[in-house]
Amino acid sequence: MTRLGNPYVTGNSVADGHAAAVPATPADAARPDSPAMVAGGSPANGWSPAGILANGWARLLLGLIIPAAMLAAWQVSTAAGVFSIVQLPPPAMVLEAGLDLLQRGQLGQHIAISTQRVLIGFAAGASLGLVLGSLVGLSRFADALLAPTIGALRAVPSLAWVPLLILWMKIGEDSKITLILIGAFFPVFTTVSLALRHVDQNLVEAARAFGLKGVKLLTTVQLPAVVPAVFSGLRLALAQAWLFLVAAELIASSMGLGFLLTDSQNNGRTDRLLLAIVLLALIGKTTDALLGLAEKWAVKRWA
Amino acid sequence: MTAVLSSSAAEAPLAAPAGATTRTPALPVAFRSLRRAFGNGADAHTVLRDVDFEIRAGEVLAILGTSGCGKSTLLRATAGLDSPSAGSVDIDGTPVQGIDSRCAFAFQEPRLLPWHTLRANIAIGLPKGVSARDGKAKVARLLDLVGLTDFAGHRPREISGGMAQRASLARALARNPGVMLLDEPFGALDALTRIKMQDLLLDIHRAEPTTVLLVTHDVDEALQLADRIIVLGKEADAGADSGAASPGATIVRTVTVPGERPRDRGSVDLARLRASLLETLGVDGH
Ligand SMILES: Nc1ncnc2c1ncn2[C@@H]1O[C@H](COP(=O)(O)OP(=O)(O)OP(=O)(O)O)[C@@H](O)[C@H]1O
Ligand SMILES: [Mg+2]
Repeated sequence: MTRLGNPYVTGNSVADGHAAAVPATPADAARPDSPAMVAGGSPANGWSPAGILANGWARLLLGLIIPAAMLAAWQVSTAAGVFSIVQLPPPAMVLEAGLDLLQRGQLGQHIAISTQRVLIGFAAGASLGLVLGSLVGLSRFADALLAPTIGALRAVPSLAWVPLLILWMKIGEDSKITLILIGAFFPVFTTVSLALRHVDQNLVEAARAFGLKGVKLLTTVQLPAVVPAVFSGLRLALAQAWLFLVAAELIASSMGLGFLLTDSQNNGRTDRLLLAIVLLALIGKTTDALLGLAEKWAVKRWA
Repeated sequence: MTAVLSSSAAEAPLAAPAGATTRTPALPVAFRSLRRAFGNGADAHTVLRDVDFEIRAGEVLAILGTSGCGKSTLLRATAGLDSPSAGSVDIDGTPVQGIDSRCAFAFQEPRLLPWHTLRANIAIGLPKGVSARDGKAKVARLLDLVGLTDFAGHRPREISGGMAQRASLARALARNPGVMLLDEPFGALDALTRIKMQDLLLDIHRAEPTTVLLVTHDVDEALQLADRIIVLGKEADAGADSGAASPGATIVRTVTVPGERPRDRGSVDLARLRASLLETLGVDGH
């Protein structure tokens, strides 16, 4: 199943154009009786594809094959002198650059400030997206009132806000976090409002026929129906948050992974540049995986 | 099976234990000059018109009619899920306005919440103010009655269509309603289960004689279960003269089914009635 959201939410097209990045619905993974998990229990299937996929460690190893191959290719090509050191320093040099920055106490600072910016901006943007998305998805009045404005704001490429933000808030934390907030807001807003609008009306009607209304109806029918879609939106938003972080830090900052990128470029430190990229990949993937865990839990609990 | 069910239903009525709550009495239902049209302007099309009928408290009324003639629409108006374009539905003398808590609905599709277990889905039908303990006991009893005890913890996607339909019926039964609205509740069941469920419905009705409006496609089912049958359809001559848009369906026939339930499925009287009803429905009955 590669559709966004769950089968009880129809109309899954996400207007953001990020739909392709949406992970497969987690419902299958969470099903206690899904074939993969059942197969994992029997040793006879241990080496069948389903058996491998069912085993958490085997799965992890499978996912590490390509990164390991890339690392090996990197090592081999640099050792063979295919690239100059400025073009592509060997992995060991990048590691060394990392250790060096760590010892000077700068690496921790870069990582901490970037992570902090992303988390604050993401939390604020996603919360705002959840609230406004719910309003627009549930109330026709709010839809008529808010949707045109929000739609027009979304049409502005988010980076176009940068000059204005810097003008208003100066080059401080506020302008960066606001930019990340903007980036995180739209995916959540769009997925939540669309998913709520497309909750199976037959189910809503059935629940209403049995006397459910208001908050109880919301928590019994509408919210569970959109849990998978909400998490898709959140994961897109988190990816956007990292994207906008780097944009914000590239433009104006004196700390953070984005700053490390520009600074290294200016100083010709390709090793540090690569270090920043590897760190962005690792931290981004880690935060996404944490959100994935929360998603698994929520889907098991509600959807 | 029938014997077991009837004795258990008689000894352990579905109402909460004596004294805990008052049992909901059966309520009379009346359709008063009911009309329902969809769309407006040139697109308007009338589905139901001039529906006038009174259903006694505790009566089982079967509603027959060809597909698309407005049977579900009539039930939805009774539950207050839909409002008529003209006329009204009165329950116990008061017109239905908005969703009516005196009704329980088993929809044509099971409409179970996919993220709930069957147990939790059935519990949604429980009336307001039932204590957690009584509610739990009642749900367990209903699960047993519809034969789903072993699947109480399953989600709707893990069970068959017929099982889902039984769960949906149990959810409606949980309500102890004054008026029970059943929209083809046995449509997805195999012949044997269908007969079992029909018997179950009769047992429950005997123990707690609520008013039942039962929509069905199955003439035999109507003859087995109902006190009276109404047939919805278009009057043959209406509309022919005007040539305008379809005038909508109304009650073209009312039948009082002879004999006490349970009725002999092989009876000659019923066979004759069956043939004539099929003819009204436009099927050659021989
Ligand atoms: N919300 C609606 N908007 C427009 N038309 C509707 C609506 N609901 C029902 N109709 C129309 O009303 C007519 C009757 O529908 P209804 O569902 O009551 O039929 P039915 O007798 O229950 O049919 P079936 O036996 O197939 O279930 C149909 O022609 C349908 O298109
Ligand atoms: Mg119908």
